[in-house]
Amino acid sequence: MAAPLTLLLIVAVTIRAVLFRSSWAELISERVEVVSPLNAWKRVVEGLALLDLGVSPYSGDVFHETPFMIYLFHFVVDYAEIVFMVTDGITAVALYLSIQTYNKNVFRKQKYALESDRYPADCLELLRSPKEMFYIPLKVAMFYLLNPFTILSCVAKSTCGLNNAIIALFILCTLKGSALLSGILLALATYQSIYPLTLFAPALLFFLQRLYIPVNLRRSSFWFFTLQYAFIYVGSLVVITGLSFFLLGSWDFIPSVYGFIFSVPDLTPNIGLFWYFFAEMFEHFRLFFICVFQINVFFYTIPLSIKLKEHPVFLIFMQIAIISIFKSYPTVGDVALYMAFLPAWSHLYRFLRNIFLVSCVLLACSALFPVLWHLWIYAGSANSNFYYAITLLFNFGQVKSLNLISHFT
Amino acid sequence: RGLLTRLNTPICIVCYLAAIVWFMGLAFEPFTLRTDMSENAMGSTMVLLRGASAVPRQGVRSSQKTGAVSTWLVKAMQSRGLEVFTQSFSRKLPFPDENKERYMVRGTNVYGILRAPRAPRTEALVISAPCSPGDSNNQAVGLLLALAQYFRNQVYWAKDIIFLVNEHDLMGTQAWLEAYHHTNITGMEYSPLQGRGGSIQAALSLELSSDVITSLDLILDGLNGQLPNLDLANLFYAFCQKLGVLCTIQGKLQRNDWDTAEGYTHAAQTMMLMVLKQACGRSWGDHGLFLRYHIEAASVRGINSFRHYKTDAATIGRLLEGMVRKLNNLLERLHQSYFFYLLPSLSRFVSIGCYMPAFGLLVVILLLRALDLWVHLGAPALAAVEGVTEAQQPSGPAVLTVLTPVVISHLTGVALYLLPVHLQEMAVEHFPVSETEAVVLTAVAIYTTGLALPHNTQRLLSGEGTEQGWKVLKLTALLYLAVLLGCTALINFSLGFVLAVTLVPITASMTPHMPKALSALVMVLLSPAFTILYCVFIYQELIEAPVSVSEGWMLFLSVISQGILDHALYGSLVYPLLALFIYPCWLMFWNILFWS
Repeated sequence: MAAPLTLLLIVAVTIRAVLFRSSWAELISERVEVVSPLNAWKRVVEGLALLDLGVSPYSGDVFHETPFMIYLFHFVVDYAEIVFMVTDGITAVALYLSIQTYNKNVFRKQKYALESDRYPADCLELLRSPKEMFYIPLKVAMFYLLNPFTILSCVAKSTCGLNNAIIALFILCTLKGSALLSGILLALATYQSIYPLTLFAPALLFFLQRLYIPVNLRRSSFWFFTLQYAFIYVGSLVVITGLSFFLLGSWDFIPSVYGFIFSVPDLTPNIGLFWYFFAEMFEHFRLFFICVFQINVFFYTIPLSIKLKEHPVFLIFMQIAIISIFKSYPTVGDVALYMAFLPAWSHLYRFLRNIFLVSCVLLACSALFPVLWHLWIYAGSANSNFYYAITLLFNFGQVKSLNLISHFT
Repeated sequence: RGLLTRLNTPICIVCYLAAIVWFMGLAFEPFTLRTDMSENAMGSTMVLLRGASAVPRQGVRSSQKTGAVSTWLVKAMQSRGLEVFTQSFSRKLPFPDENKERYMVRGTNVYGILRAPRAPRTEALVISAPCSPGDSNNQAVGLLLALAQYFRNQVYWAKDIIFLVNEHDLMGTQAWLEAYHHTNITGMEYSPLQGRGGSIQAALSLELSSDVITSLDLILDGLNGQLPNLDLANLFYAFCQKLGVLCTIQGKLQRNDWDTAEGYTHAAQTMMLMVLKQACGRSWGDHGLFLRYHIEAASVRGINSFRHYKTDAATIGRLLEGMVRKLNNLLERLHQSYFFYLLPSLSRFVSIGCYMPAFGLLVVILLLRALDLWVHLGAPALAAVEGVTEAQQPSGPAVLTVLTPVVISHLTGVALYLLPVHLQEMAVEHFPVSETEAVVLTAVAIYTTGLALPHNTQRLLSGEGTEQGWKVLKLTALLYLAVLLGCTALINFSLGFVLAVTLVPITASMTPHMPKALSALVMVLLSPAFTILYCVFIYQELIEAPVSVSEGWMLFLSVISQGILDHALYGSLVYPLLALFIYPCWLMFWNILFWS
């Protein structure tokens, strides 16, 4: 399978290289659907310039990346385009390998269950054959690399690509069974943007399932492993945060990065739900609604973990989707990451009755975003309500598709 | 689900007829709304018009050479107390423009700023008159100067007034606007502006071609079908009525007998003219380029139609003075009234809420067909529920068979967009045609070549096509067309509607199982190029200057060349839309027709 994957990588890199060299690159890097105040390349360059001058990059409230990111780009800023293309490649390969491992596990379980006659007769057509499972990892990699959302995100040099790579590597390490690496990568992902914190629960459930430890709060083995994993995770997080402190010599980055993510001061329109609400909010109620909106992102972990504890990989997918819909500054790069997983469950598509309507809605909304932006900002004939309506419809389409997919279990 | 399949075709036919009937019914007067001034700041003040009647005008002598005209203008404006500046610009067109007979364009804009005596210089109004050497807009320039002199003596101006005399009509306006707003979207070379006013709130463009004016025509259609706020049209109409000046729209006077057949036909003709003008996306007056910068603008053209009742220059002066005074009173940009409308007459309008359902009904046909196809595609999988079925691989080969026609169609579209202009030198070497003809004929040639292309390549690359293959392609193409037409209609409703009327019936009903020769003929007759041809003929009929077939063909060729030039010079989007998106979409359906 190396040859088709290599071919796919070459095609993807060619498309991105062609777009980088064309005049579209500048246009794309200014689109609000593709970049947000958290991951715009313009701001990274600004932060680097401030760092070169010896001033803290967080002064001036322009730069909201973590210190690791600024030091990474300090060394590779001349090769930025190659870095982003390589990152996309890493994400695709990591997703490929993880889905391959997942499919092997699923097939093994299916074989055991078939041998012990646990499947009722009418479920037989749902069984997957090795032949069709052979192509699924390649399809997942293709869905990620050739997704227009990913290409746009890469050409805009949005650091969302790097965040996606870390999450993909985390999924790979989790599925391969290495708790140490998984904990470290999850800590890195949480350090980048806080929301991957919710992926702690599915990763934990996966390891417990893999080590045949039952999820029973009264068993000591459960607590023993949980504490181990939590220790790795929290420890890495503390070490990484401490390293960042020593890199820049101050705690400036905590209010600039995490304070910014939580308190949402910048209300530039994007494809998320926060900006319109908070543009109309009275100051009096702002704190209350910030809490409500942020709790909304984290809250779904609890019921979903309880319901989906037998299917931790599916839970990871659901969590990533929920994060990318409800986070404070979503971009299309986040959407592309969870869309890449859809081929893994392609055998269940025939049960999705409304998937056609939902995908039409998502397609139409993606096409209407630039049209209504143009009508609002340039022609002056529309206003923010139209743009927010499309944002709402887009998010509604995503939620509905999640809803449909969750009927799989 | 069975209901959907059985009723699909009848519902589609009903929707199409309903859409056409709805659209034609828009011109029927009881369905329209009366125009009314929506902006408070413009309605309540009564302006006393003293007029510029006492000031004699001086026409620009047309025999003077270019340089002399601009120096004369500079002196004339300076003597009237304005701050005068000039701007030079130059541009080489991609190929010679045969309608206006120009290729290397060099010109000078002259503009004078009347500073507001008591207000800070944050806002401005523009009154412009296009004037080229040998052109016949001398009267407008004279009127401009007379107005300048009169306005200079008044104390109530709160905004700066800029009197602009631009050369080479649209190109001069484009150069001036780009320099004013510090942008450069069309690659024109210009010298920067030495003097500026504030942000421009509104603009008026005057075209008076003769001494004797019997009626004033209001022109609203701008670039890419953008229209100014309806309040500007309402303002003009209100003043015309107050001063007793005859005013027309699309060159047609209003009629009062809406309940007769002639009255309805007249209103419908006016509306159709507006739709056709808006659909071609070019700016029909100098004002059209202002709209892109969110400046409400309209053009006023004086027409001499040899009536008995003539309007003298003094009345026109008072009309303009009234309009400018009302615009002076604006507190913010015009935004209260509609931006999207159709005008069957100057006192009646159709808003977007009324005309969009006509378009919506057409798009619903496409969506119903797509849904029907989806149901058919999903049915075989549901039928084989019992027993262990062999895992089908529909997605693998089907994606490839769909991808090939899509890629080829779009490459042909890219060729149609890029090659005519780039290959003109080669074409001129080999064939005895001028550059313009070369460009246009290359475009037509590529268009017809595209008809032959998918026919063969599909068989070469993917082998035997399956029944499912063409259904997947049709589904993709229908959704693509629906999204494309929807986005077009949001920006330029007329273009979207005109394209939908001809494209929807053929695309919704196209299958490979229909009689090939007849359907091929129908498809070609309803293709985008023929739509343009029909529009040319209908337009000529509506302006009461019907043409023969050969003249119509020449007009059609000149329309194509104008479209390409508009795109290169002013950024009109009609030509790229048709070449890069609509034509490939049509080619995909052509491919479905010849699927084997």
